[in-house]
Amino acid sequence: MSFLSYLINGVSLGSIYAIIALGYTMVYGIAKMLNFAHGDVIMIGAFVMLSALNTMSLPLIPAVLVAVVACTVLGVVIERVAYRPLRNAASPLAVLITAIGVSYLLQNVALLIFGANTVSFPNKITLPALSLAGGNLVISSVTIVTIVACVVIMIALLLFINKTKAGQAMLAVSEDKGAAQLMGINVDGTIALTFAIGSALAAIAGFLLFTAYPSLDPYKGAMPGIKAFVAAVFGGIGSVPGAMIGGVLLGIIEILAKAYISSQLSDAIVFGVLIVVLIVKPTGLLGKKIQEKV
Amino acid sequence: MGKKFDKTAKSNAITYGMVVVAWLVMMALQQAGMLSSSTVGLLVPVCIYSIMAVSLNLTVGILGDLSLGQAGFMCVGAFASALFTNLVQDSISFTPVRFTLAILVGALVAGVFGLLIGIPVLRLSGDYLAIVTLAFGEIIKNFLNILYVGKDSHGLHFSIKDTMSLGMEPDGVVIIKGAQGITGTSRDATFTIGIILLLISLFIVLRLIQSRDGRAIRSIRDNRIAAESIGINITKYKLLALTVSAAIAGMAGALYAHNYNSLAATSAKFGYNMSIMILVYVVLGGIGNIRGSVIAATLLYVLPEKLRFLQSYRMLIYAIVLIVVMLFSWSPKARDFRERYSLKRLIHKNTAKEAE
Repeated sequence: MSFLSYLINGVSLGSIYAIIALGYTMVYGIAKMLNFAHGDVIMIGAFVMLSALNTMSLPLIPAVLVAVVACTVLGVVIERVAYRPLRNAASPLAVLITAIGVSYLLQNVALLIFGANTVSFPNKITLPALSLAGGNLVISSVTIVTIVACVVIMIALLLFINKTKAGQAMLAVSEDKGAAQLMGINVDGTIALTFAIGSALAAIAGFLLFTAYPSLDPYKGAMPGIKAFVAAVFGGIGSVPGAMIGGVLLGIIEILAKAYISSQLSDAIVFGVLIVVLIVKPTGLLGKKIQEKV
Repeated sequence: MGKKFDKTAKSNAITYGMVVVAWLVMMALQQAGMLSSSTVGLLVPVCIYSIMAVSLNLTVGILGDLSLGQAGFMCVGAFASALFTNLVQDSISFTPVRFTLAILVGALVAGVFGLLIGIPVLRLSGDYLAIVTLAFGEIIKNFLNILYVGKDSHGLHFSIKDTMSLGMEPDGVVIIKGAQGITGTSRDATFTIGIILLLISLFIVLRLIQSRDGRAIRSIRDNRIAAESIGINITKYKLLALTVSAAIAGMAGALYAHNYNSLAATSAKFGYNMSIMILVYVVLGGIGNIRGSVIAATLLYVLPEKLRFLQSYRMLIYAIVLIVVMLFSWSPKARDFRERYSLKRLIHKNTAKEAE
């Protein structure tokens, strides 16, 4: 039974990674940039939600919505101010470094506003825990909410991308910016929309992540961000189902490694598996192989 | 041909000269007692991070592969050299020889790691390579955090659990203590040694870049397929660049290990954040511009230290400066603006008018 409960915890953690990885992978697919500040948007979202809960004493759902709106605005502003001017820069590294700068900026703004102390994030999900097999297997409500949220987000996102005009525009821009522009697609607007969706997902991920692992400080967003980036690469960066599979697998590997091998080595094992996967399949599990032409 | 040679030689002379002049000025100021103790404390780290930036520029700027694991090689070099120094502390008492050997050990071990990591990542490129190098750096850091090494009359003992499981004789000494790392390494690093190592790194990298091998490496960066089609051995040159880069980073690590009392594989010093920090030096100094790396590393290392009076606003200002500098130096619009109003062009306009 303990194996099953570890597995479910892994799926739950993996679902959170998957939601963050979706933001990474969509931004990568469309803007061809690694948004290093994505993890810090999660942290900002969690702090905003905490303030909404504590100082404005909002109930859970409105507080989540406040965080989602704040992160969406933040994501769009970051894109407009820091990333858009560098979209056609001579080196792709320029925007990477700027993203690192934005990451430092968010961390330090949070440090000034919310302080350096670790605060405890409240668990406001009041649903009862699910008890299976005569009480041998208890699944907490956070876990259930996380997995359900992840599945809902995944389906909604796939429907959005494949069935709506804006989603089709995203696909077109990620394939060929110039051609998309010639077809009358608003490229700047589409990229801004992608950042908005990615950041909104980051806010939801922040809520789920810190409800499950309740210690929050300004540096707590970076590592989940990196892990989600690993998940996105694992599944094949740029692919939405890939981010999902990568995230869930990563979560399972991490929890099982923690439980059965060594808690100190769990990160090393996660990264080790990533390396093996990439050596066998250099573009990730679901990544497309792009044939180079001369 | 002759002119081209002169230009390269002149550029190299400026690079070396700059470092030597910096050394002379700093030594003079220090002799005159005009440097505060906090500034003196910055001298060796500036050398360390300049060397790191030079080594990473070889991978990122010359080979054209994004690496986010350079701090991992530094970590390997630091631990290997510190372990070596602690092992031979009693048998080699002459410090210069011991420290030279320690640096060589650091460079050699890091170079071997560079080669070992280089082989599997040859198939990857771009962002996939970046994430794999990041992963390697994190694995190295994680592993060193649980590694225990002790020495007794029977030789060396290794464990990845705790001190007890080393199973040593009563006379044994634990050298690497897991997350606490290595403490009490002889502090042999000085500013002069740092400058010498920086000059050696510059010499190695510049010689490599300007040699036939260096041209082959740059051709891989510019067009891998074209380079392959004219018979350049991609595997060989990529591994050459990665190994040399890792070995130089190992050298910087050796310098680091002998500059502080304790050495631990912390996230702040050897995690991906540090690799990214060094990448920032490389990109701000100019990708592929070795001299720029040294200047950027120096300025960007000193800047946050000198901003300490701002206290908690320090890193905030650093972040804003970083973003603004990147926007100003890389955005196409800012580039147009600078070209239109550049000093050079204004001067040329005037001389052109005079010529009329």
